[in-house]
Amino acid sequence: MSENQRTIEIEVLRYHPEKDQVPYQQVFQVPFTDDMSVLQGVQYIKDYLDGSLSFRWSCRMAICGSCGMMINGEPHLSCETFLRDYYPARVRVEALAHFPIERDLVINMEGFIAKLESIQPYIIPKEERTLAQGEYLQTPEQLKVYEQFSSCINCMLCYAACPQFGLNPEFIGPGAMALLHRYNVDSRDGGKAERMELVSSEEGVFHCTAVGYCSEVCPKHVDPANAVNQNKTNAAADYFLRFLAPKGGAK
Amino acid sequence: MNKRRPYVRPMDGWWRRNPFFIEYMVHEGTALFVAAYAGILLNGLLHLSRGEAAWNVWLDGLKNPWYIGFHLLALVAISYHTYTWFKIMPRTMPPVIVGGKRLADGAITGGGLAVAAAASLVLLAAVWGMAR
Amino acid sequence: MKRTLKRSNAPIFWALFGAGGMLSALLGPMLVLITGIAVPLGLLLPADTMSYANMLAFSQNLIGKGFIFAVIALFLWHAAHRIFHSLHDVGIHAGTGAKLICYGGAMLGTLIAAYALLAIGF
Repeated sequence: MSENQRTIEIEVLRYHPEKDQVPYQQVFQVPFTDDMSVLQGVQYIKDYLDGSLSFRWSCRMAICGSCGMMINGEPHLSCETFLRDYYPARVRVEALAHFPIERDLVINMEGFIAKLESIQPYIIPKEERTLAQGEYLQTPEQLKVYEQFSSCINCMLCYAACPQFGLNPEFIGPGAMALLHRYNVDSRDGGKAERMELVSSEEGVFHCTAVGYCSEVCPKHVDPANAVNQNKTNAAADYFLRFLAPKGGAK
Repeated sequence: MNKRRPYVRPMDGWWRRNPFFIEYMVHEGTALFVAAYAGILLNGLLHLSRGEAAWNVWLDGLKNPWYIGFHLLALVAISYHTYTWFKIMPRTMPPVIVGGKRLADGAITGGGLAVAAAASLVLLAAVWGMAR
Repeated sequence: MKRTLKRSNAPIFWALFGAGGMLSALLGPMLVLITGIAVPLGLLLPADTMSYANMLAFSQNLIGKGFIFAVIALFLWHAAHRIFHSLHDVGIHAGTGAKLICYGGAMLGTLIAAYALLAIGF
């Protein structure tokens, strides 16, 4: 390592279900250089200080969405958060908030995966086309309507930012809603009526109180709060107008 | 035996964990002033329906320093509500497309605040016009 | 995953919350300034702005009636919805009880306002 190497304290929230009743903090002295991310700091701990430390990571370049952690209480991808920005203070690392802790920094994401499945995150074609009829065409304007929502990498930082999800894990939540919206407003998709049932349900959008922090923490600049709140309007319109419009005819 | 035992962290005091949440609780708290102010107006309306003497009792009551103090606080709180209401607008409304581009957050917030200022001036002018 | 989803009745309360939030954001500060500060202190506006004669005439006018009703009722529904959610936020999940106090209070206020406005006559 280079000569401008310094040492930073990393405080990690540990939890091993086979021996710990509750999580506890453990502090490690980690030598670091300016180019080291928090993820690299945690990797240093695992390689040289305590091999039993568990955490998820993969790409190291903010696209796989695996390494989300609470860093000094804020949800971040640990691969794009740098130790130098915290030095000389201690940096606190904890598993993503609002999710059950499986082990150390690893959360239980089963609930999120179930929600992701429930929104049918794929295009349900408006009209079936045969191969001979060619591809489903889309204009740049039609792409622009959903493009930002398609940038979601399922990193769950928005869930760790959402107190309403923390208070009520049933809430469909920001990330899944952003993806639901992405398909609902896609010009090639015809599944909106099916998905709106979920949006309008008691697990749906109305748990949201427009805190807005989800959109602040998104590493991909998706605006999940906007997806949730646009769908409050959609759900309300459907609620009040469903008696006027024939069933299924609502948008 | 399954060794899994996912630990669910408590949510107690979550609003103190992050400045963003503290601000959220403050702007949610403005509702207390909105409710109290609506209560004062409702009380005034009831006095109005009972005739002139009753109305004047309510109107004189407003000069009480406690009421003046409350209204000064309510003015600050509800003005803050106005600011935060339009600040979150870019998150809560469908995107506005102008000239093929999405209208910037700042323009939506600024536009909302400008409309609020204009509406307030119209209200003041209307009250002034009716009172003369 | 197939489960029965129950449609939420929240749109009713949410719509009232939004309408009241918008009205109080647009006019709330000026209303407080007029009725709570300027008139009681005799500032800015003519001395008889809120005299009995003026307010009676305003509340007998159909537009005036509508305005008074909208301000009181929507402010109450806006506040009730926010307070209900804030109670949940701070850990008071008294479901039905909290709902009854918040929305019941707004409903009661709305009915009282309607009653008073009708009693004042046209």
